[in-house]
Parts: sequence; C-alpha cells; structure tokens
Amino acid sequence: MSTPVPGAGELALAGTLILLNAGLSLLLQLGLARELLVAAARAVVQLLLVGLVLRTVFHLQSPWLVAAVLLAMFASASYEVLSRQERRFVGLWRFGLGAGTTVLATLLVTGFALLALQPEPWFSPQVVIPLAGIVLGSVMNGVSVSLNAFNTGLVRERAAIEARLALGATRYAALKPMQRSALHNGMIPIINQMSAAGIITLPGMMTGQILAGMAPLDAAKYQILILLLLSGAAGLGALATTVIAVWRATDERDRLRLDRLETR
Amino acid sequence: MLQTQALRRLNVGPIDLSLEAGECLSLMGASGAGKSVLLRMIADLDPHAGDATLDGERCSAMPAPAWRRQVTYVAAESGWWDPLVGPHFPAGTDFSTLLPAVAIAPEAASWLVSRLSTGERQRLALLRALRPATRVLLLDEPTSGLDVDSVALVETLLRRELNRGVAILMVTHDPAQAKRLAARHIELHAGLVSEIDL
Repeated sequence: MSTPVPGAGELALAGTLILLNAGLSLLLQLGLARELLVAAARAVVQLLLVGLVLRTVFHLQSPWLVAAVLLAMFASASYEVLSRQERRFVGLWRFGLGAGTTVLATLLVTGFALLALQPEPWFSPQVVIPLAGIVLGSVMNGVSVSLNAFNTGLVRERAAIEARLALGATRYAALKPMQRSALHNGMIPIINQMSAAGIITLPGMMTGQILAGMAPLDAAKYQILILLLLSGAAGLGALATTVIAVWRATDERDRLRLDRLETR
Repeated sequence: MLQTQALRRLNVGPIDLSLEAGECLSLMGASGAGKSVLLRMIADLDPHAGDATLDGERCSAMPAPAWRRQVTYVAAESGWWDPLVGPHFPAGTDFSTLLPAVAIAPEAASWLVSRLSTGERQRLALLRALRPATRVLLLDEPTSGLDVDSVALVETLLRRELNRGVAILMVTHDPAQAKRLAARHIELHAGLVSEIDL
C-alpha cells in the first residue's frame, strides 16, 4: 500500500479553509480573523522548522545532538510550568519544584520505555525525541495543573488548614485533602483521554500512523503503549510534585508556611 | 502551669507570661497590636524566638501536634475542612448532648457548614476545641459578633472549662466581659504586655 505524503498543493488546499474562516469572521465582524491567521502561520512555520531540525538530527545520529534537543525541550517545558503558576514558591524551589519534577519524571519514564522498546542504537533520535516529547507534554500538564491547584488551594483554604493544625493534626493530615484534590485536578486530562480513546476520538498519533499506512491493530498497540506511558509519567510527576509541595509549604513544627509562597 | 519565655516575632515581644490551671487571663490591645501574633506564637503556629513550657515541659522539646492538642488556639475566623458539620468532631461524638450546650440543634451535625450563621460557626469552632486533652485555650475574640444570649452561653461554657482546670488566655474588646471571666488583665502595647486594672 502506498503512503500518500501531502504535497504543497494539498497543504495549500487545506490552507484555503483557514482563509475561508478568516473571511467569514471579517464578514460577520467576529474579530477572530487576525488571531486565526497568526496562529495558522505559526503552526506552519513551527512545524516546518521542527521537521527540518529533526531531519538533520536523524541524519547525523549523534547522541550529543539528541541530548541537546532534549535539553532545549526541557528548558521550554520548565518555562511553561513556571509561567502557569499563580502562586510560586520563593527561592530555588521556584524552579526546583514543578520544573525539576517534570524533567525527572520524563527522564525516568522515557528511560523505562527505551528499556522496553530496545531501539538500535539506544539513543536513536527517531525513537528518543518523539517519545520524550510526548511524555514531556503529558508530565508538564499533570505537574503544572497539580502544583497550581495545590498552591492556590493553600491560600484559599488557609483558615481550614490552620484550624486542623491548631487542633493538633500533623501537617500531612492537615494537607491531605488539598493534596488529593490537586492530584485529581492534574490527572483528570489523561484519565479522560484514556477513557475516550477510540470511542469519542481516534487519538492523533494513531490517526497519523493509520494514514501513513500502518496496520490498524499495530497502530492501536502503539497507542496503548503511549497512553500507558503518558498516564504513568503524569501520575508520577504530579505525585512527586505534591509530596514535595506539602513538605515545602510546611515546616518540621507542623506549621503552614505561606511565607514560602510569593505574594502577588 | 503555662509559662512563656521571651516569645518574640515581628514587632511583638519579648513576652513572658504565666498562667495557672483554672485561671482566665484577658488580653486587650488596639487592632494591629499583635494579639493574634502572640496567641499564635504560644500555640507554635508561626516561627518565633523564645519558648513556652507546660508544667515544665518545653514546647520545642515535644512534637508540635502534641503541644497543640494541649495548648489549643481558636482563631477569630473559624476554618472548616469538610462541607458537613459532623466530621469536624471526633468519631463517636454524642451530638445530642453536645450541641444543645451552645443552643444548636443536635441535627446540625448532619448539616452543611455553609448553612450555619457566623455566630453558630463561632460557637461550634469553640466547642470542637474543648477536648479532654485540652489544658490551655487561646481564644481570639470568642464572642465577637454574637448576640447577648449567645455570649452568655459561651461564657457558661468557658466557666465550665475553667472549673475543670483548663487555663484560658482570651482576647476581648469588652472590659465587662474581661471582668466577668478573668481575674487578671493584660494589655499589649508597642509589642510588650503589661498588667492593667479594669
């Protein structure tokens, strides 16, 4: 079976849909045209650039180049996690928590997957980069949502937490409900994604593989592997993040230390 | 029974206080003088310098939860960690005798906290702090915003605790109430406490 690769003509045809949308928006004065066109242009440029970079990286097959690409991915994910926090920890924990746990969980789960997949060579950029990327995205969401829910929750529920502490609860008992709900928030997207997989939507990766000519069952197996990795990674990252956040937001005398969060 | 040694935090201190079993001490002072800061220091709820002892046992030498089960702070603004009233009390609590003591219906145990009035919440917050292990109560305006009848109920409750040997350090803005409950009165001014006559 031939695998049709879209050429410039097909892409231009798809692009007319965006133009049509933008035109309608202008006509109806919906104020969306500009935003839509900019976003579409960004997607085109960004994806073509990534394609070019990856082509070079795949061609050179250098472990150092793979490491450099991973580093760049981790840096931008760390920035993303940080920028999604309404209330950040002060000092080094500002970066250490969230960004640190995101990178650690990603490395751990990607390494685990590489052990299972046994690519040749082990640092094969064709496997490592997309795998680390998709795992990183999932961990980043889980961690940033959990951490943000936790920290804003601490401030909101301060009176309730301190009431428990004042009555003699340990810091772990007093913060348990907060930790639980923060974790829940962080895990909902991946749980929804797994529940809906195949019924409501065909996951993007599986769709791409089927379009590219892979047998549906093989594509399904790949998708299952990825979903399990993603949920494992997001869960691990979010759990580690909330455990450290509980520890850091309190002290050894079981006090709530909101002074360790930035004031806005 | 309770003694504080050079407690200091922010603009408050050094504070040396002593409180005997069954004694009530009233604490007055302008808003922002640091009355809550002082009570929270005694309960070890904020980082501070100095130490406190209960029957000679140092706060810093025992786990903080063990200290707070004996030396319990009740904030002016009550906090609730469950939507329902019941879970804020220990399992097996007999609400049928407990709640009427503060003029709240026994069925309230299964109500939502949000259904209670501010005054009812304040009384329940005090009630849940009265446990067998409690030796010292640090009360931050326990009757502010309560009507006359509720104030009388709370004071009766507090007298019962005093008779049981519990010591009370109470922030109040009402000199009449201070006189009704406490034999000694202190004022916090410029970070230091001094005994006053009412």
